[in-house]
Amino acid sequence: MEQSQTYNYKVVRQFAIMTIVWGIVGMAVGVWIAAQLVWPQLNLEIEYLTFGRLRPLHTNAVIFAFGGSALFATSYYIVQRTCQTRLFSDGLAAFTFWGWQAIIVLAAITLPLGKTMGKEYAELEWPIAILVAVVWVAYAIVFFGTIMKRRVQHIYVANWFFGAYILTIAVLHIVNNMSMPVTMFKSYSMYPGAMDAMVQWWYGHNAVGFFLTAAFLGMMYYFVPKQAGRPIYSYRLSVVHFWALISLYMWAGPHHLHYTALPDWVQSLGMVFSLMLLAPSWGGMINGIMTLSGAWHKLRTDPILRFLIVSLSFYGMSTFEGPMMSIKTVNALSHYTDWTIGHVHGGALGWVAMISIGALYALIPVLFGRERMYSVKLIEWHFWLSTIGVVLYIVSMWIAGVMQGLMWRAVNDDGTLTYSFVETLVPMYPYYTVRFLGGLLFLLGMFIMAWNVWKTVAGAKPAVHAVPQAAH
Amino acid sequence: MNIGLMQGLLTLLLMVLFIGIVVWAYSGRQKKRFDEASMLPFAEDEGTQGKRRTGEKNHD
Repeated sequence: MEQSQTYNYKVVRQFAIMTIVWGIVGMAVGVWIAAQLVWPQLNLEIEYLTFGRLRPLHTNAVIFAFGGSALFATSYYIVQRTCQTRLFSDGLAAFTFWGWQAIIVLAAITLPLGKTMGKEYAELEWPIAILVAVVWVAYAIVFFGTIMKRRVQHIYVANWFFGAYILTIAVLHIVNNMSMPVTMFKSYSMYPGAMDAMVQWWYGHNAVGFFLTAAFLGMMYYFVPKQAGRPIYSYRLSVVHFWALISLYMWAGPHHLHYTALPDWVQSLGMVFSLMLLAPSWGGMINGIMTLSGAWHKLRTDPILRFLIVSLSFYGMSTFEGPMMSIKTVNALSHYTDWTIGHVHGGALGWVAMISIGALYALIPVLFGRERMYSVKLIEWHFWLSTIGVVLYIVSMWIAGVMQGLMWRAVNDDGTLTYSFVETLVPMYPYYTVRFLGGLLFLLGMFIMAWNVWKTVAGAKPAVHAVPQAAH
Repeated sequence: MNIGLMQGLLTLLLMVLFIGIVVWAYSGRQKKRFDEASMLPFAEDEGTQGKRRTGEKNHD
């Protein structure tokens, strides 16, 4: 069969498999540093393995290696299937795969060595940051090129979300990384002081808004209807959802900088836009969950669908919690505490990871020409391990965070602090231990997934699907 | 025109724009298009192809 008459599944398969590999690596590093917080000697007194070096490795690995690979895989698959055409360029698509993997390896080498820009989620030093920009532009060309050569009239809503994510991440990454290189692995930001902080968190929060939200919503808008076997609850709501979400997220960044040198009015602006974000976020969640309306029974028998729907519940929870935490007075308690860590993981494990896992379980059999995954029972196990893992994680961090916030702000009658820092640290032991256990359960689920996928794809012949041709 | 007035007008403009999007999305005229688009994930399973783009050749 001619190349142009089939879909390019090769790059989708490559990214899908690497999603699982990087998921295990990234989450294992996370579990390790969670253990270090309980048993500090686990850094083995080696500088490369200290918490400060490994924490950025963990965040980069789970967000960009695991989440990024999942997004490359699903966006390349969805854009082809809903545009009914092969990817715009096989060569460029392969370049994005190998380029992205090279970036991940470079990150895994430089971050433990302490080579960092010092910007959260934008740690990679300038030569790697340039490579990221190049790969990302190639990604944009492949994606939008495919949209342009589409053979159906409409651009499905999932592709709108993916398109916004690709475009916005390009802008965010390039603007936030503007810096002056001093040596091969050291550069300084182009922006001064408070402005640098503002640019960083404009980037940081939109990385959450577009990378971790809009893009995964694209995944949701394809896989939830597909797995439920019925179209999205309301397509018109998805259109309003799209425009409202992307226009509000842009302005929410300043809530990361409450009570800092940032002008007061900018802080208030960030808070108000964060509060408004509740509306489109919940609109999207309701749209996804209500797709099951009239077919709720499918949740009982289909653990893949359960992954997808429970991920939406965690999404709803995080996007309620987020706006609450952005209120200045709440933030005065929550900021710099483990409450933030709990909030992030409710989103990252509950929403991002669980929707990706659900999507992969639906996608992998299709890509490898199998009827279904090797074992549905193991998907069940994975589902419960993940769910219990996330709940343990976020509940322990809520308690730890609120305790920290209250103890840090407590003052005696004479105005001195009631607790020294160490006195606030000691009560954390049980909660840090529960967090470690929660993370461990989640990681265990990923190993079960790896085994299940291995048994599904071993010996399978890669699937080749024809692009539907115009009727003869 | 002072900055306060400009900010007020901008807010008004964005509000009108948003209401415009909602009215557009929920107007009956889009219903057929949206119904077609919402079926795209299933287009191939049912042997149908989804509505072709104008200009797409149909070799009848």
